[in-house]
Amino acid sequence: MIRAATTRIAAPAAALAAMAGALVPASAYAAAVEGAVTKQATNWSAIIMFLIFVLLTLGITFWAARRTKSAKDFYAAGGGITGFQNGLAIAGDYMSAASFLGIAGLVYANGFDGLIFSVGWLVGWPIILFLIAERLRNLGKYTFADVASYRFQQTPIRTLSACGSLATVTFYLIAQMVGAGKLIQLLFGLDYLVAVIIVGVLMIGYVTFGGMLATTWVQIIKAVMLLSGASFMAFMILAKFGFSPEAMFKAAVDIHPKGLAIMSPGALISDPISAISLGMALMFGTAGLPHILMRFFTVADAKEARKSVFYATGFIGYFYILTFIIGFGAILMILAPDATGAYPFLTAAPAAGAKAVIANVIGGTNMAAIHTAHAVGGDLFYGFISAVAFATILAVVAGLTLAGASAVSHDLYASVFAKGRVNEADEIRVSKITTVVIGILSIVLGIAFENQNVAFMVGLAFVIAASANFPILLMSMFWNKMTTRGAVIGGTLGLVSAVTMLVLGPTVWKAVLGNPAALFPYDNPGLFSIIIAFVGIWFFSITDNSAQAQKERKDFEAQYIRSQTGLGAEGASAH
Amino acid sequence: MNQSAQRILNNPKFQELVAKRSAFAWTLSIAMLVIYFGFILLVAFGKSFLGTPIGSGVTTWGIPVGVFTIVSAFILTGIYVYRANGEFDELNRQILEESK
Repeated sequence: MIRAATTRIAAPAAALAAMAGALVPASAYAAAVEGAVTKQATNWSAIIMFLIFVLLTLGITFWAARRTKSAKDFYAAGGGITGFQNGLAIAGDYMSAASFLGIAGLVYANGFDGLIFSVGWLVGWPIILFLIAERLRNLGKYTFADVASYRFQQTPIRTLSACGSLATVTFYLIAQMVGAGKLIQLLFGLDYLVAVIIVGVLMIGYVTFGGMLATTWVQIIKAVMLLSGASFMAFMILAKFGFSPEAMFKAAVDIHPKGLAIMSPGALISDPISAISLGMALMFGTAGLPHILMRFFTVADAKEARKSVFYATGFIGYFYILTFIIGFGAILMILAPDATGAYPFLTAAPAAGAKAVIANVIGGTNMAAIHTAHAVGGDLFYGFISAVAFATILAVVAGLTLAGASAVSHDLYASVFAKGRVNEADEIRVSKITTVVIGILSIVLGIAFENQNVAFMVGLAFVIAASANFPILLMSMFWNKMTTRGAVIGGTLGLVSAVTMLVLGPTVWKAVLGNPAALFPYDNPGLFSIIIAFVGIWFFSITDNSAQAQKERKDFEAQYIRSQTGLGAEGASAH
Repeated sequence: MNQSAQRILNNPKFQELVAKRSAFAWTLSIAMLVIYFGFILLVAFGKSFLGTPIGSGVTTWGIPVGVFTIVSAFILTGIYVYRANGEFDELNRQILEESK
């Protein structure tokens, strides 16, 4: 899925070449920085701003801890988050360091192509709203497995859903941890090891003490910081051109080595199969990410769930338009000389009469947005944006960890292992222990994968979410003839085929494992594995005539009524 | 199935709600898919159109088309939420009320 997994700060030319030829640049998926980076001088203004963020969020965690008593508080913030707040938190989960630095870097290098990605990331949201958001809210309690297993045998479906969740969370976490270490080394001048440990320890703190309430507020604060910072940058850039996009584009075309080509689609999307496959993985993957689905249980009812998606779509769309402007700003700030005629953000000034080389940007193309922040806002603002990038990773990993912990405690421990005969206090204890384990594990994995190429892992997480979690979830809500057997076999087929095709494809087989040719031709197996999962669910359900299957079909009606009307749905906590 | 659920199932308003809301949700979903895959197909096959400047400037048709796709996602969600939180929720409230 991600062929440009070779993006290296140390070898920006290779990174650029890989990026231009790839369908999905690594940076658009994973945390921003890949490969070896040089440690920078300690950046004190960034560190101080980050410390302020940490103090603020720890204060919130302390406040949240006192309000987190029941399981509902821990997993779902008591159901008391408003639609607007949840919209910000969802947008925060989505506006990762990767989408900010990665898409801005992509626009800086390729212009228009960056917009194609932004669009792909966004359009899954309306579909989630129209088809699944309110049903999910009406049927679920704490995890999406509550919905997927609603009328089925608990043990097999919950086990499969928990495996899907844990696989998604693990791959996502590794990519985030490694990205965090690299980014922080670059921005703050801290050791990789120190950076990874800071992220791990803080996220354990947020989640174990503050549960979903703290995790949500950390995400909201970060979303507001990122949106404000990006708005300020876009404003400053447009202000230089009298708020005329045409004037800005004109200046960028004049200075960019690719000239007018940056205003039209380039080589990013070559064949329609790849394009559609990628689009499907992005769209349905979003609707199968456990840490995103979990957010729908934090609001009071279906009405608030709908509002959440409306606000989230607005914030995410606005943010992507900002990153597009920031990417063009980066062209103008980095490739043009400053007032003194120097090129402060390039490793080498262009020869007289020649255009600047894109790949000569210090730190690689993913640093384009950060340099732009420096150019438009000075040292202090540069520190602020660096701190926001760190906060972003922290907030995202906290959400992932909570989703992983609840898959273990709520699905595996409480439902599968204890068959529902478990008290809340025990379940929460298991969840907190799991959080600590996941936290330590992610520090260890972060260290283990430091020098590995991990960018493909976010792609893997998306494909697994789209091919295993999403088909079961969707069919369980929409199709009355689905049975446990169909769900388990179809979901497993989706999971296995997605992983197999991705491993045999160009991303892993060729780029990571170093084989000469890929055994599967496409970067993104989404189109195929998603269809396999749906066909599997359909076939193994209609051929299932057991008594259990008959009962499950009969139970659809009651589920259907609850999903449509909210009759008997989980309400918000009293406090 | 309990009594309330049975009453809901027999209530013609429930059938009306489900029919209206499903039709509306699917229409909007298809609209979004057509817009998005239309955009992707233009990127794959209509590069020259997207790269054509508007008037005499350098801004190409690709820019408004891309921005339109983003804005359309927001507008479509807004349209859905407006009708669902008003008309559909009112109908739903009546259905739940009558099921007691």
